[in-house]
Amino acid sequence: MSQFLQVLLSGLATGAVYALVAIGFTLVWQAAQTVNFAQGEFVMLPAFFVLVGMNWLGLSFWISLLFGLAVSVLLLGLVFKKLVVEPILPHGGITLIIATMALGILLKESAKEFYGAEAQPFPALFPGDPINILGAAVSLRDLMNLAISLGVVMLLTLFLNRTRTGRCMQATAQNPGVAEILGVDVKRMVLYTFLINAALAALASFLITPVYLAKFSNGETLGLIAFIAAIVGGFNQIRGALVGGLLIGVLDNLTATYVTAQYRAALPLILLIAIILLRPQGIMGTSEGRTV
Amino acid sequence: MKSYAVLLGVAFALSAGAPAQAADTIKLGMVAELSGAGAPAGTNWRDGAKLAVSEINAAGGILGKKVEMPEFDTQTDPQVSRALVQKAIDDGVVAIIGTVYSGSTMVNMLVAKQNSIPQFVGSEAPAIVEKGNPFVYRTSSGAQKGVPALTPYFKDTLKAKKVGVAWVNNEFGKGGRTVFLAEMKKAGIEVVADVASEQAQTDYAADIAKLKSAGPDAVFVYMNQEESARFLIEARKQALPMPLVGEVTLTEAKVIELAGPAAEGAIAHVGVTATATEVPGIAAFSKAFEESFKRKPTHDAIKGYVGVWATKYVTEKVGKVDGEAFAKAMSGLCLKVADHPKMLLDTCWDNRGEMSRPSFMVQVKNGAPVVIGTVPAN
Amino acid sequence: MRVPWRLLAVLLLLAAAILIPLGQKNYLIYVLTSWLIFSIAAMGLNLTLGYAGQISLAQASFMAIGAYTTALMTLAGWHWLVALPIGLVLCFVVGLVLGYPALRVKGHFLAFVTLAFNTLVFLLLRNEEWLTGGTYGLSGMPRPDLGLFSTDKQLSFYYFTLGVAVIAALAMWGIVRSPWGRAFKALRENPVRAESLGVDTRRVTLLAFAIGSAYGGLAGALVTPLVQFIEPGSFGLAHSLRVLLMVVVGGAGSFFGPFIGAAVVILLPEVLRFTEGYYLIIYSGLVIVMLVFVPSGLIGIWGRLRDRFRPQRQMRGDMPEGARLP
Repeated sequence: MSQFLQVLLSGLATGAVYALVAIGFTLVWQAAQTVNFAQGEFVMLPAFFVLVGMNWLGLSFWISLLFGLAVSVLLLGLVFKKLVVEPILPHGGITLIIATMALGILLKESAKEFYGAEAQPFPALFPGDPINILGAAVSLRDLMNLAISLGVVMLLTLFLNRTRTGRCMQATAQNPGVAEILGVDVKRMVLYTFLINAALAALASFLITPVYLAKFSNGETLGLIAFIAAIVGGFNQIRGALVGGLLIGVLDNLTATYVTAQYRAALPLILLIAIILLRPQGIMGTSEGRTV
Repeated sequence: MKSYAVLLGVAFALSAGAPAQAADTIKLGMVAELSGAGAPAGTNWRDGAKLAVSEINAAGGILGKKVEMPEFDTQTDPQVSRALVQKAIDDGVVAIIGTVYSGSTMVNMLVAKQNSIPQFVGSEAPAIVEKGNPFVYRTSSGAQKGVPALTPYFKDTLKAKKVGVAWVNNEFGKGGRTVFLAEMKKAGIEVVADVASEQAQTDYAADIAKLKSAGPDAVFVYMNQEESARFLIEARKQALPMPLVGEVTLTEAKVIELAGPAAEGAIAHVGVTATATEVPGIAAFSKAFEESFKRKPTHDAIKGYVGVWATKYVTEKVGKVDGEAFAKAMSGLCLKVADHPKMLLDTCWDNRGEMSRPSFMVQVKNGAPVVIGTVPAN
Repeated sequence: MRVPWRLLAVLLLLAAAILIPLGQKNYLIYVLTSWLIFSIAAMGLNLTLGYAGQISLAQASFMAIGAYTTALMTLAGWHWLVALPIGLVLCFVVGLVLGYPALRVKGHFLAFVTLAFNTLVFLLLRNEEWLTGGTYGLSGMPRPDLGLFSTDKQLSFYYFTLGVAVIAALAMWGIVRSPWGRAFKALRENPVRAESLGVDTRRVTLLAFAIGSAYGGLAGALVTPLVQFIEPGSFGLAHSLRVLLMVVVGGAGSFFGPFIGAAVVILLPEVLRFTEGYYLIIYSGLVIVMLVFVPSGLIGIWGRLRDRFRPQRQMRGDMPEGARLP
């Protein structure tokens, strides 16, 4: 029982971070109808910005976090939108998808060339000391991961549903043409989406790197898992991405513990195929937002 | 669409450019994992080799000729590595230094063999020396030598009756795990948990929980650097009580840096380690490496370094650049530190390219690896 | 007067492909051979992406199916020519099985399904050691012996691959010209109109994907005798992305695009090697720049130049759009 609780709770804590990344996928999907294949690298990079702040600029850890967040929002949000998405989007979604793949290589190789190929330790935001919950060792870090992700999803949902800007963003996502006619500044709304995506990626980076360590190739795994989580949960729903992320985190651990460790990576993929067959709009998705 | 004109251009551009040969230098081909998943190992391997090349050139080169070491990045892709070994040989190298990843070495060693070019590799998979290739030589003991060196430790020192094994599911981890299972069977020790993990896995909770509930007397951990560190962090969180014993990686300086306090108490058998500073050659190497590259050397760096120096020693023994004669000289060769100081430790190769030399048991104490015993060459 | 010129240029190219490797070193011949093999894989994906407008992220796993089928069969003593059709049929059938449910739903679902499929194939190849040799892979596959013509030497294997590539290109030419192919074209140029004219878009797309997958299998079947060693890592997701990159860089939906794309993706790292560690950065940067300015691929550069100097018949505005469906 304690073993079950252990892997369940740990899976939830890891899944919460996947969820943050997956939400980014859904946001970009809604804003630009494209899949950002560099999303994993968007999570890998902010940790390196923080390390640059600490080790090269000599800032303190907490200032470096702010520095990392700011640089991420600027580069992975604004610059990404202006230099990559905006010029390529008119050429079509597939072209943009390929461009993000190339961007992923660019970011990964840059991190390696300019910071180093070896993994780097990353300071913890919250202490990792274990707390015993019914025989399962859970750290404050795990609990905070979960709390922060849930909090962010709630805030984001509130923002999108209750504020004027949020509603404009939703209108833009659903029908940019009509939104434009109704006087929404579509370009600005799309930009907001990209800024939020970058901030979410940075947050995920700060939460997972203390355990996962900062390494240039981290994005490959994180991006793929989050992508699967987004599809499983439903590509057009923020809470879908949350459910997808948590589900993948937990299922991965349960498979490895009780079924097969060699095929633990296969389960999310089989789930993905099953979801596409049986419920293409995703677990939490609504079908109308799916049609392209 | 007249696209073929573009194609024509590309095709003709291909035909240009054949490299010139220089006779007064000796070229070694550095074929290594300089990008991709293997980059940490590959770049250390290269930098160790680079240090050796600059030392050799300062000491008059090989057979009086200056040494050059062009670099070829395999991107950690076996097929690319095969092509690049071919390219290096086309470019006139007299020996190949690399690759580190066993998957790559398995492919590209065929090319070096076809061309009778000696090749020093950093790979540890058992299969490499089992193919009857007289031109491939290890720079560290293969898993089938390193892992058995641990058996007495499990059996006599830890007095373990049942053990667990946690391994990373790639060609490196699988090789170690296979040998370990066979060794434990021989020693009559029961393996109660056999836990595979993925490369770049994010969450080790399930792995540790499984080991914990199986309750072995000790756990053998066979993973790459970051995976080892992540494993140790999670093991500390769940307070895994039994000793964790690894081969080479588990107590490396990098792993200790990454895992922090979680690495405390971890034990490993290491073929050659930069921490064994009581060996004068290793101390001097570590110092020179840190001066050149501003970081601590890993065992891959030592392996690259030894590979290049062995190339010099053996080539000068043979007295000329000749792959066949080199291979003949390597078979059953022993290089003693007394006569060949840069080998760092007495090193022997058998007729298959397998290497043996004295090795160490190391434990992490107060955040630093400490040598707790030496294991004679086997 | 268009047709003879075109034929002449193709023949010239072919002559170049025959003459260039003569007297060259093994490395260049090896690179040229892998260029041909990847061109075949890219040609297949071009049918899926360029003509049917669907992203497949599993071309490398179809290469794996082709490669492992031929490897296992030739190791068991069968001739390569016997193993090849079995590998191709296998890829075709798997393509149908995989594509059918994905294409049931609109959108980018084929991309998602193939993404999952590629990783699943990798896991199977790695874990099912009894069949595939696991992480250590399979080695020592013989090269095909064609009676009078042995392919053991690097150069003769190159000519063998060239022959296969030419046959594959001719077959592709035939497919694109056939009634089925016209349906592909109709689909590419205007999917809505094609559907209204009675083209069953789903069936045509599915067929395009399955044939494209079989081309992947053909490329894989050639990798086996070229490298004479295969292991799961050579068929990972990154390699599927690489083939996709070839198609896009060359120019999706154009017949010669895959050849150019494969040449660039394989040769550019060679050309940029002098920059040492920075070449992948420069390379990926160049791809992004290209997609910004010439989204139709390198073949589009030629088109632009030509249009600048020699204005031609007016193209329909929606024609280029068709290459990049919804």
